[in-house]
Amino acid sequence: MIAIIDYGVGNLFSIQNALNHLGISSCITADAAKIKAATKIILPGVGAYTDAMRCLEKSGVIPTLTEQVEKGIPLLGICLGMQLLYEKSSEYGETKGLGWIAGVVVSMHDTFTRDLKIPHMGWNTLLFKKDDPLLANIALGSDVYFVHSYYIVSKQAEYLAVSEYEVEIPAIIRQKNIYGMQFHPEKSGEVGLQLLANFAKI
Amino acid sequence: MLSKRIIPCLDIRDGVVVKGVNFDNIKEIADPVELAKYYNKTGADELVFYDISAAIEQRSIFLTLLREVAKEVFIPLCVGGNITTLADIEAVLANGADKVSINSGALKNPNLINEAAKKYGNQCIVASVDIKRTALGFEVFSAGGRIATGIEALGWIVELEKRGAGEVVVNSIDTDGVRGGFDLPLLEAISALITIPIIASGGAGNAEHFITLFESNPKVDGGLAASIFHLKELPIPELKQALAAKNIRVRSSGYDKV
Repeated sequence: MIAIIDYGVGNLFSIQNALNHLGISSCITADAAKIKAATKIILPGVGAYTDAMRCLEKSGVIPTLTEQVEKGIPLLGICLGMQLLYEKSSEYGETKGLGWIAGVVVSMHDTFTRDLKIPHMGWNTLLFKKDDPLLANIALGSDVYFVHSYYIVSKQAEYLAVSEYEVEIPAIIRQKNIYGMQFHPEKSGEVGLQLLANFAKI
Repeated sequence: MLSKRIIPCLDIRDGVVVKGVNFDNIKEIADPVELAKYYNKTGADELVFYDISAAIEQRSIFLTLLREVAKEVFIPLCVGGNITTLADIEAVLANGADKVSINSGALKNPNLINEAAKKYGNQCIVASVDIKRTALGFEVFSAGGRIATGIEALGWIVELEKRGAGEVVVNSIDTDGVRGGFDLPLLEAISALITIPIIASGGAGNAEHFITLFESNPKVDGGLAASIFHLKELPIPELKQALAAKNIRVRSSGYDKV
């Protein structure tokens, strides 16, 4: 059973729909007992960092998530959910994240110099940095669907795959049992479904 | 870099996919759920679900049908049809939409774009504009192309971007259903004025039209079409092969090639 964390942010329909399609059981929850009973956790998220962090705190799930992650339960952050795993974001001044992975979230508006459209919205190619069971059966040159205006800057030790958009945007990350995908696997066709299936198998 | 997006549009009336010429003479084509499944498998980069009669009949979108379609789609789904309030947006997002297409709703209440972008993020808000050449130049039409609004289209699109629309779908009524190619002069005029993604709609008749579209105007991010895809006259894998052969970047993995 995968627990999809419900903290009032993001479209949970699509993630659960994708898992249903793969025959993977899941529940949408913010209940500590249910999260503790789950073998894996997905932390979704869209929208503004500050609002998301506030909602996550308000939902009361952070201590449970921290406890499960420390126990080694695999957790996958999707889109903004991945950004929340890091230390802080420069959105609206500065907002602290969960801080489980060293690194910060920065704005494309602040850092990009070329005339590229922001948000980075659409299909872009995964470039692999490291082999990992999470990437099983993902072909070279696979495209996935991104929608974001902020991206991670870190020491890059945790990068499994990046996508090129002025800079190398971290697309898939892993630090021990903590995983993240900047794009939307639930909206990335067969490639995305395969990545979710791989996560479920870990 | 980003791929150019190929987007089939399901125009839905009374629960079936339909298609007209110059927005009129509408005929039935297919079951939306079956068609959505087909596109999901064959390389569509996004799907538009448009309830074309919702605005005319002054009712909200068929949410049950939307949900059925959404269940079969693992690519972005954009939904439109008489979206006039934040509650309408909430309802379609809760039923599987990733983006919301706002057309007449923005003409009635332009602030809807500001409020929606603030609440759901710009990336979620797609402004759809139906445009026809008139004495006014490019004029905005409403209610499925039926009513001339007296609003000049280029200025209106600039305003929509300023208000927070994250993307614009440009529907040319002049080229719609005629299959003579996209409305390149109109798209050129628009792309000079805005920076948000532009999706071209109306006039696609063959692969060459898409090639011309992307080669002539690099600022266009996607091409939308209906009947040539629905009637399987131009299968998307075939179209993408033709684009890739011209070095136009498209998503070419993760779907059935036949």
